[in-house]
Amino acid sequence: MSAGAGPGTAAATTVAAATRAERRAGWLFSAPALLAIALFFVLPTIASLALSLTDFDIYALADIGNLRFVGLANYSALLGDPLFWTALRNTLWFVALGVPAIMLVAFAAAVLVNERLVAWRPLWRAVFFAPYVATLVAAAVVWKYLLHARYGLLNHALAAIGLPPVDWLGDPRWAIPAITLFVVWKSFGYSMLIFLAALQTVPRELEEAARIDGAGWWSRLRHVTLPAIAPAAGLVAVLAVVSMFQLFAEPYVMTEGGPAQSTITVLYLMFDQGFQWWNLGLGAAVAVVLFGCILVAALAPAAALRLFRGRGG
Amino acid sequence: MKARLAMTALAALFAAITLAPLLWMVAVSLMQPGEAGRFPPPLVPADPTLAHYRALFANQGMGLFLLNSLAISTLATVLALIFTLPAGYAFARLRYPGRDTTVRVLLALLLVPGQIGMLPLFLELKALGLVNSYAGVLVPWLAGIVGIFLVRQYALAIPLDLVEAARIDGASEWRIFRHVALPVMRPAIATLALFVFLGSWNDFLWPLIVLSDHDLYTLPVALAALGRERSQDIELMMAGSVVTTVPVLVLFLALQRQFVGGLLAGSVKG
Repeated sequence: MSAGAGPGTAAATTVAAATRAERRAGWLFSAPALLAIALFFVLPTIASLALSLTDFDIYALADIGNLRFVGLANYSALLGDPLFWTALRNTLWFVALGVPAIMLVAFAAAVLVNERLVAWRPLWRAVFFAPYVATLVAAAVVWKYLLHARYGLLNHALAAIGLPPVDWLGDPRWAIPAITLFVVWKSFGYSMLIFLAALQTVPRELEEAARIDGAGWWSRLRHVTLPAIAPAAGLVAVLAVVSMFQLFAEPYVMTEGGPAQSTITVLYLMFDQGFQWWNLGLGAAVAVVLFGCILVAALAPAAALRLFRGRGG
Repeated sequence: MKARLAMTALAALFAAITLAPLLWMVAVSLMQPGEAGRFPPPLVPADPTLAHYRALFANQGMGLFLLNSLAISTLATVLALIFTLPAGYAFARLRYPGRDTTVRVLLALLLVPGQIGMLPLFLELKALGLVNSYAGVLVPWLAGIVGIFLVRQYALAIPLDLVEAARIDGASEWRIFRHVALPVMRPAIATLALFVFLGSWNDFLWPLIVLSDHDLYTLPVALAALGRERSQDIELMMAGSVVTTVPVLVLFLALQRQFVGGLLAGSVKG
């Protein structure tokens, strides 16, 4: 409360100026949503931590009396499980391949849609965004057949330019890049919109001035456009990292985690442990590890930047 | 002029590649059985047929899954609006102790992915007897923090003077919300409704977990299950994909402006 603020407009925004009816309405209006969030979001999230310290399994599901507190045993079991390391490595590969690819394609699409020389720009914008709206499972089914080794269109296109066919989803070396290709197609439209919003804040005059000064297309991009969209690029990167950490439906539909577990992700492992084998305690430990990864990946860039700036200044 | 043509051609090429998988899906869904497996793969059906769509609805229960998806998405949308609109308005325009702290906590919660709590949520709903029901699928849509911030963003545009004038006229807080705030927030209502409808329609992991009864499956869950039984039947699978995704694609095309504008308001400013 800003007690020192004078009367009039400043006071109108403080709690002190509110009538009793308004304060009561504030709580009444927000209570249903807050209650739902507490019951169905916050409570389960915290309970995940607790659950990960127990041996909750199919026996405990039948009779809660079978539940035991096991401390960090689930975590040490995970660290000793090769499948966990495979899932983590696969997930990191998805992040490493997918994030730069999404940023690059989304940026190119945004530049194209923002370029005044291009005709029918709203049409292209809608087309680029359409895959993001499409139902993930349906699109994954379509891509499963597009990537098929024998009758898939992609191999057919490769053959047309003289390249040998690739067993995209059947070869452990190619399955991650192939699914990443699908994810980039599916999601670049969203990142494109964020880039587009940033590009539209670049003043046309600045662009014109650079042009008059004789700066070429590349040099204008490098010195005018890129600095202006740097914050948006950071946002796109963080959102892409977070979404790449949460891949599940893509491998579930396209490869069932295979071949040879080469596309099992951390979230897939949580689903398998929790709902296929009913090892809910172990599954919860996977969820907590995943949360830790996402938190680090989302907060690290900002923290690093702050540290870097702190030293510089 | 030449540059204009070249840049437009580039955009058109990029767009053609983007659309190709969706167009191919529709083309193959109309082909004769086995036609898509030929070499070289055909791009257009030689003798178009609706047989696969008929088979889906007659033998695979697609009509039921379509109804399930429609019912769940509609209910999710209505419930999300009921829970989110008053809260978003309160966070923006009502003054009460604890409001700013609540908003800060919710902002921090945005960083927590919903999947983290899915195992305990399943156990919680099992204890409440809501597993394997519409209600179980709907529960996460009641707790949409992103939606609350979207509504709050729009509600911040309601002039304080307008609210204050209504108060002086003796209107109750509910009446002000109903007759002053809601009309101003109409774009927020449309955007939020669209997001929740599309989001719940496309949702996969949670319905997969919570629904075990085949008759309750939504379209994506049913399509994934069908894909594991009939994966050799390309034309049938493509028809199933069309039924699953075309309703939301049409909805998007019809309300494209609303959608893109809302997304930018929600993601960049919020």
